[in-house]
Amino acid sequence: MADLTTDFLGITSPNPFWLASAPPTDKEYNVRRAFEAGWGGVVWKTLGAEGPPVVNVNGPRYGAIYGADRRLLGLNNIELITDRPLEVNLEEMARVKADYPDRALIASIMVPCEEGAWKAILPRVAETGADGIELNFGCPHGMSERGMGSAVGQVPEYIEMVTRWCKKYYDRPVIVKLTPNITDVRKPAAAAKNGGADAVSLINTINSITSVNLDTMSPEPSIDGKGSHGGYCGPAVKPIAMSMVSEIARNPDTLGLPISGIGGITTWRDAAEFISLGCGNVQVCTAAMTYGFKIVEEMATGLSKWMDEKGHTNVRDFVGQAVPNVTDWQYLNLNYIAKAKIDQDQCIKCGRCYAACEDTSHQAISMGADRVFEVIDEECVACNLCVDVCPVEDCITMEQMQPGAVDPRTGKRVEETYANWTMHPNNPMAKAAE
Amino acid sequence: MAHGQTAPGILAGRLSSEEIETNFSDLHPPYAPHEAAVAADRCYFCHDAPCVTACPTDIDIPLFIRQIQGGNPEGAAETILSQNILGGMCARVCPTETLCEEVCVREVAEGKPVEIGRLQRFATDVLMGSGEHPFMRAEDTGKRVAVVGAGPAGLACAHRLAMLGHQVTIYDANSKPGGLNEYGIAAYKATNDFAQAEVDWLLRIGGISVECNAALGNGLTLEGLREAFDAVFLAVGLAGVNALRAQGEDKPGVHHAVDFISEVRQADDLLKHPVGRHVVVIGGGMTAIDAAVKSKLLGAEHVTVAYRRGASAMGASKFEQDLATSKGVKLMFNVQPRQVHGEDAATEIELEYTASVDGTLQGTGESVRLPADQVLKAIGQRLEGVPDALHLNGNKIAVIGAGRTSVEGVWAGGDCAAGGEDLTVTAVAEGRDAAMDIDAVLRA
Repeated sequence: MADLTTDFLGITSPNPFWLASAPPTDKEYNVRRAFEAGWGGVVWKTLGAEGPPVVNVNGPRYGAIYGADRRLLGLNNIELITDRPLEVNLEEMARVKADYPDRALIASIMVPCEEGAWKAILPRVAETGADGIELNFGCPHGMSERGMGSAVGQVPEYIEMVTRWCKKYYDRPVIVKLTPNITDVRKPAAAAKNGGADAVSLINTINSITSVNLDTMSPEPSIDGKGSHGGYCGPAVKPIAMSMVSEIARNPDTLGLPISGIGGITTWRDAAEFISLGCGNVQVCTAAMTYGFKIVEEMATGLSKWMDEKGHTNVRDFVGQAVPNVTDWQYLNLNYIAKAKIDQDQCIKCGRCYAACEDTSHQAISMGADRVFEVIDEECVACNLCVDVCPVEDCITMEQMQPGAVDPRTGKRVEETYANWTMHPNNPMAKAAE
Repeated sequence: MAHGQTAPGILAGRLSSEEIETNFSDLHPPYAPHEAAVAADRCYFCHDAPCVTACPTDIDIPLFIRQIQGGNPEGAAETILSQNILGGMCARVCPTETLCEEVCVREVAEGKPVEIGRLQRFATDVLMGSGEHPFMRAEDTGKRVAVVGAGPAGLACAHRLAMLGHQVTIYDANSKPGGLNEYGIAAYKATNDFAQAEVDWLLRIGGISVECNAALGNGLTLEGLREAFDAVFLAVGLAGVNALRAQGEDKPGVHHAVDFISEVRQADDLLKHPVGRHVVVIGGGMTAIDAAVKSKLLGAEHVTVAYRRGASAMGASKFEQDLATSKGVKLMFNVQPRQVHGEDAATEIELEYTASVDGTLQGTGESVRLPADQVLKAIGQRLEGVPDALHLNGNKIAVIGAGRTSVEGVWAGGDCAAGGEDLTVTAVAEGRDAAMDIDAVLRA
């Protein structure tokens, strides 16, 4: 079994699976249960400044999107930062860290955008023995209206400024948690780096309304007939999160900046994908909120088995392995030509590929007698829609055409050489690109 | 007070009222809404779906399942009922395992089809439970049509004719409408008097009057109907029952299975309904299975279905055969009745083994005797009392196109007409299609 011990910013944890700052890490009771269940670390639910804590709504905080059989695909929430007094949280953090010295314990913090506020809270957090802090610049609801959370995360200058304060008043690792509710995630990430951040974590939740009650005309979750946008998370957001992670991982301005990956991680495979895109570890929330803390067992054993298969002895072995393969569209090889191929032995004759291709794509699948579905190579552009809608895994595959063969669609020979849009004769900018 | 299963003779009260209640509860309990959503989600929404092709009434199955998925069971029901007005009963009694579900791509791929029948029941139950009747009559055409027989074919024809604006009178030989839905379908497939509820719901289209206790030869003549109405649709079913042609079949204790099934269906109190200790059912169709299962559910100790051919030749589907054996019915193959023994009433039946010799079935000479205080004959029904004017095809009324008989202005459909399987759903399709044809002719 591969060793999952992970070193992230000098903070070691027995595995790369941390619980993200969220309801599961709101108090000692939960965090102890999480550590007993095997989680490598936790980011404690976001602390606010000293004084009366925030209050939450007293109606529903969560809304959900379901797949088949009420499988939870997406969750949104309008919960705020911790609504318990700062002292209580700090005492509990100290006790838990003392009892679990091998686990990572990170304090998530959100205080007003004033140097004094950060200067006041940071020494107190340091006293708990926490391994580091995470700056909550991502929370998109409630706190942002008060000039905190994503209101900071959406202004790179603020990120840089606050990060700098934190590095000034705190001597352990500082992680900046980024909001996805921006147009270009590279900017806030670079700002964090410029401010001295040791790492960024992303994504925080996405502005969302999960549904509208068509009887009351209220968005859900509904509080007395009204709804507010919440933060969206869960499996549905994973593709968005991975794209943002990869943007930061391959941006020259943030090259080498450690990343803690967050966003819909539910299984070991999700985690491995985030790590391959440049994350040093991952944070999980919705999966735990859906299934309980025990899911970490599947994640740990699955990741370990896969690492054994690949010959990895440490998580760092494959951090960022996929990053060099993330590129811009213009650099994709236009001489790579594939055709869909239907395995007739596996085909169950549902005809979904046919309907999809005939109605919405390239009329490249024929329907013969006895419901035999075949690809028309002369029309197939290898768009992959048939693969995506086929209910049978691996029944339809994309087969690469070998160099030298003639593409029956274009009548042209498949070239061996790599050629992309920047070199293509149809590109008016082609010359400029060279 | 219960006699128990081992008391000899044909007796009532073999089981307790709790056992009877359990035995005659719904064979397939209806889906709860979440179950329906999960079941509906398994449908792949196939292109040109094989299930639709397999459905005798051409219900757009992928569409109605998708409507259930989308939280619109009433719309799903309308999709079903617009093709098959008895979609509620068909959801309960259709041999889906040999129709839509047999060709479901998931049956072919995984041996586990989308449960189309139960989904259809879910949708139609929701709509009928709401009391809504989604169909409206067209403007009155002034035309009058007589429908003889208030079974599935007659009801489907009458509803469609009424919807198209014609005035319909349905005549039925029995005291209640419904035909085999009321008198022939196994009780555990149509609980809570569903057949009558469905008829009542169907009649809410308006424009249909029902006259019971009237049949051809009993107050009605074809000539009279042709004179009094603009068109006639015959859906008289198969009123005659075939004889066993075995010695002793006139002894007390020997009954027609269709009568037994009908009596059980109409019984006010199943506790008072008698059944033998040793029941032997002769036949291999759905009627044989239903009679055998009912006997077992009423408390018979031993129930045997004796069929003269092998299992694969049986008219009853594999599902029905399995249902019977799961209830404790024994299926005997390749045996035919030779003689019913007994002094004053049946006590034993002698069965002779059969074998196929040069393609014809013959007795081998070897026989076996089974205890049998009740023998139920389920060897088929036949057409009875058909006016001479009508040409026959084999032993059924000959029809061309959508049920046109040899007599002008007279259509026929359902079990009495040639062509098609003797299924409820086939009868519905024939009734519906005949109505469309009658409408076209009356408007011509």
